[in-house]
Amino acid sequence: MELIIIGAVSLGLLWSLMAIGVFMTFRILNMPDLSVEGTVVLGAATAARLISTGHNPFLSTILAALVGSVGGLVTGILHTKLKIPPILSGILTMVASYSVVLRIMGASNIGLPAHGPNEVVSVFSFLHPILSRFTFLVEMGLVRQVSIMIFAAVVAVVVAAAYYFFCGTEIGSTIRATGNSKQMVAAQGVNTNAMIVMCLMISNGFVALSGALVVQQQGFASVDMGVGTIVVGLASVIIAEVLFNVRRFWARLITLIVGSIIYRLIIALVLELGMPPTDMRLFVAIIVVIALTLPLVRNKLFKPSGKTKERGGESK
Amino acid sequence: MSMLSVENVDKTFDVGTPLEFHVLRGVSMNLQKGDYVSVIGGNGAGKSTLMNIVAGTHLPDSGKITIDGKNVTKLPEYKRAAFLGRVFQNPLVGTAASMNIEENLALAYRRGKRRGFRWYITNKERALYRTRLADLELGLENRLTEKVGLLSGGQRQALALIMATLQEPRVLLLDEHTAALDPKTAPRVLEIGNKIIEKYNLTTMMVTHNMKDAIRNGNRLIMMKEGQIAVDISGEEKKNMTVENLIAKFKQVSDEEFDDDSALLS
Repeated sequence: MELIIIGAVSLGLLWSLMAIGVFMTFRILNMPDLSVEGTVVLGAATAARLISTGHNPFLSTILAALVGSVGGLVTGILHTKLKIPPILSGILTMVASYSVVLRIMGASNIGLPAHGPNEVVSVFSFLHPILSRFTFLVEMGLVRQVSIMIFAAVVAVVVAAAYYFFCGTEIGSTIRATGNSKQMVAAQGVNTNAMIVMCLMISNGFVALSGALVVQQQGFASVDMGVGTIVVGLASVIIAEVLFNVRRFWARLITLIVGSIIYRLIIALVLELGMPPTDMRLFVAIIVVIALTLPLVRNKLFKPSGKTKERGGESK
Repeated sequence: MSMLSVENVDKTFDVGTPLEFHVLRGVSMNLQKGDYVSVIGGNGAGKSTLMNIVAGTHLPDSGKITIDGKNVTKLPEYKRAAFLGRVFQNPLVGTAASMNIEENLALAYRRGKRRGFRWYITNKERALYRTRLADLELGLENRLTEKVGLLSGGQRQALALIMATLQEPRVLLLDEHTAALDPKTAPRVLEIGNKIIEKYNLTTMMVTHNMKDAIRNGNRLIMMKEGQIAVDISGEEKKNMTVENLIAKFKQVSDEEFDDDSALLS
């Protein structure tokens, strides 16, 4: 049982980077970016290939994030320079990256090299000797699981904090404004296309980083692991908003991480209750639909003052 | 000294389609430093396009635009913005709703400057924003960290006026900036704008569809018709103008019945 919970929490933390990436485009830039379905696999494939060919896992993970950023750059150029609608731009990147992923991996899936029994080479491994000093962890056989969880928690908090401070810079603030009104930002002398491209590069970098870390947690990368990513990311964003409904920007980022964990716990629970894994994507889609319609239902039932909320930007 | 000059500008939209529309036909206009011109005209007369051509939202097919002696004809909108302050018709467009008042002002304060990875605001700026907001007499100076989305349309337009003039623009462009406001608020925002324009002696171009506003404000009035300037009056003639006289003059110039009821009624 604790294995399942620790596993779900770890996964939630690792995937929360992806959720932050989705939040950046959907909520801050106000532009639905579907390229994450592709860039998450780009990150995963790059990390898997580099690590399996003997490169340093940390370096491989960073390079994987950069490859994801390039995916974001492509989407950004398609949208801003070639004037392709945002959703289609994302889909094009997503489709194209499928072939790129196969090129990178040379196969539809590859595993990471072994590193001791039940263990692969990963960024998490360096924590093992430290955690092995706690005999109860060794006895319970949780050293690997707990080291993943700790590492994931640190990375999630660091990424959220970095994003928080970025949003407070002149450029970050301008990106938030771009999500509110492109016309106003242009009138203030800003090249809004550059802001959109930059935001997409950062968000897809986070998404690819997420994919690269998940690969090292599960021990392999496969070309189809990105399917449904966008829905999972949205589910985390919406769970966070529906359950916590906080206003402060840093609090929203924290609840986003929690939302991602809660999502993984729900999935672990229904699988434990015996739902066939093949039904999972249907289940996820239904969760997102319910979460999205919840505010609508609530308004119908309780009739609040009814102030419509303007989307995008988000103040700090 | 010429602050804004538009020379023989032509613009056609949707060239080669059934919707082809020759919206500006050789328009020329020259604003001296401190001029405040109101531009009026019916739908499709070209007044908004003329403003957008000056702002760089659209590039002209031919002709030349000069701001303070600098040829900006081919300069993209965001680069031209260094010289221009703009207030849009829609209060939702001119300000960032989900950001607070000081964040909006800090954004405007950096118009024409490099933006980097410094913090978005400094304490020195906050003091400046308080003084400028206090001039509005709307109490906004005490609400710096309040979301702009919570402000009324009039308050947002007043804030947009401050944003447009925080870095003194060579030319201030007001694009029907009171048209979306209720009748009580609109004159108030116009008044706030006039105060700022007077205080900093700003060269201003105001597009409006309200004849009375066009006559009452500024030192010059341009009336457009079918992509050309039909009436251009200033000085004493402008000062003594009435709605009736303006319509008469328009008829005389355009040699045609004035059939825009909305302009008559407003």
